[in-house]
Amino acid sequence: MKSLLVILAAEGGHEPSPLAVEWIEVVIALVVFGILFFLIWKFVAPNFEKTFSERTQAIEGGLAAAETKQAEADAKLAELEAQLADARHEAARIREEAREQGAAIVAEMREQAQAESSRIVEHGKAQIEAERQQAVTSLRGEVGSLATTLAGRIVGESLDDDARQGRVVERFLAELETGTPGAN
Amino acid sequence: MINVATEATITAEPFEAPGPGIFDLPGIAGTAVTKPMVQLVLAAILVFGFLYLASRKRAMVPGKLQFAGEGAYGFVRNSVARDIIGAHDFQKFVPYLAAIFFFILVNNLFASIPFIQFPTFSRASMAYSLAGLSWLVYNGVGMYKHGPIGYLKLQSVPSGVSPVMYPLLVPLEFFSNILVRPVTLALRLFCNMFAGHILLVLFATGGLYLIETASPINIVAGSLAWVLAVAISFLEILVQFLQAYVFTLLNAMYIQGALADEH
Repeated sequence: MKSLLVILAAEGGHEPSPLAVEWIEVVIALVVFGILFFLIWKFVAPNFEKTFSERTQAIEGGLAAAETKQAEADAKLAELEAQLADARHEAARIREEAREQGAAIVAEMREQAQAESSRIVEHGKAQIEAERQQAVTSLRGEVGSLATTLAGRIVGESLDDDARQGRVVERFLAELETGTPGAN
Repeated sequence: MINVATEATITAEPFEAPGPGIFDLPGIAGTAVTKPMVQLVLAAILVFGFLYLASRKRAMVPGKLQFAGEGAYGFVRNSVARDIIGAHDFQKFVPYLAAIFFFILVNNLFASIPFIQFPTFSRASMAYSLAGLSWLVYNGVGMYKHGPIGYLKLQSVPSGVSPVMYPLLVPLEFFSNILVRPVTLALRLFCNMFAGHILLVLFATGGLYLIETASPINIVAGSLAWVLAVAISFLEILVQFLQAYVFTLLNAMYIQGALADEH
């Protein structure tokens, strides 16, 4: 090549055209590029492709996992909410029941107290009645004897006869009972 | 003023604009191995080293290196291969497209890296090489899928056109789809790298020449040339990336066209 140049220059010729084909350069470029292509095809591209696909998978897997987790969380939340609602319902029911029970108890107690009080009142009334009867009976005897004694004193011996005395007293008492004013 | 200028032009050697000769580098240390050849190998090592180290760990949560590697590889994989070839069968072309893209990208960037500063693909033969390979790949893919005759028919006979037009269209389609594509592919890459580099060299050496003449106007002009050279360098970095991207993109489009059932 150099010698050719020298010859051309010596002969006053032109420099070789820059477009001329130098076969050695064509071949070297082909060989070097071929080796580079082979190396990239064999060692570089598979690595990159694998990385890309693994990354895609990782991202998709992560998304899927996140979706599952989200669904699980949603389900759990719904469950908890349902439980909470149940508990609220239950609490309301128990409260209602308690109120009803309380009301029932109060009513029962009131009834009992009423019954007790009326029983006590009845009892008292009956006792009073009995005592009154007793007092009436004892009074009757006493008042009779007092009155007879008094009357005997006043009228003397005429009233000593028992039979007459008894009739007089009875009549007197009957008058008392029919409600002569001022007496009793 | 005129005196100074004439004196300068007399004393200085005339400026020799950089020509295609600057791309004919001598072999290193007297061997047949030239700088662009070494760059090819270096680029391959850098690309594979970076991608391999980045892909090796395969962590779910990537570190910085892996993140950068995944971003780079994913760019070719998703924005070029998958978007153009389609999700169905892009997968098997990703290594090829990634290799093409990073190999060309690094080789182009060499033009802007200090102490290397030479675009590998300004050597036309190297661009021919990759373009020829691309041609083999997309035609091979098409013939593998549709059979040689079916593929040629698919590429040459436009669908939805009346057969009356065939004598006109079939040679045209064949010419543009089969013959022209590798040529444009190679020339686009080569010319961009070649022109960018020669432009930079022109601005740099021209600026230097002007400054060395030591006349005030020339110093200003030379400095301006250097400022422009810096600006052009940034433009070149963009061009280097774009050319690698376009080369890869067209490869993907040709493969897609070869795979498609209707053209």
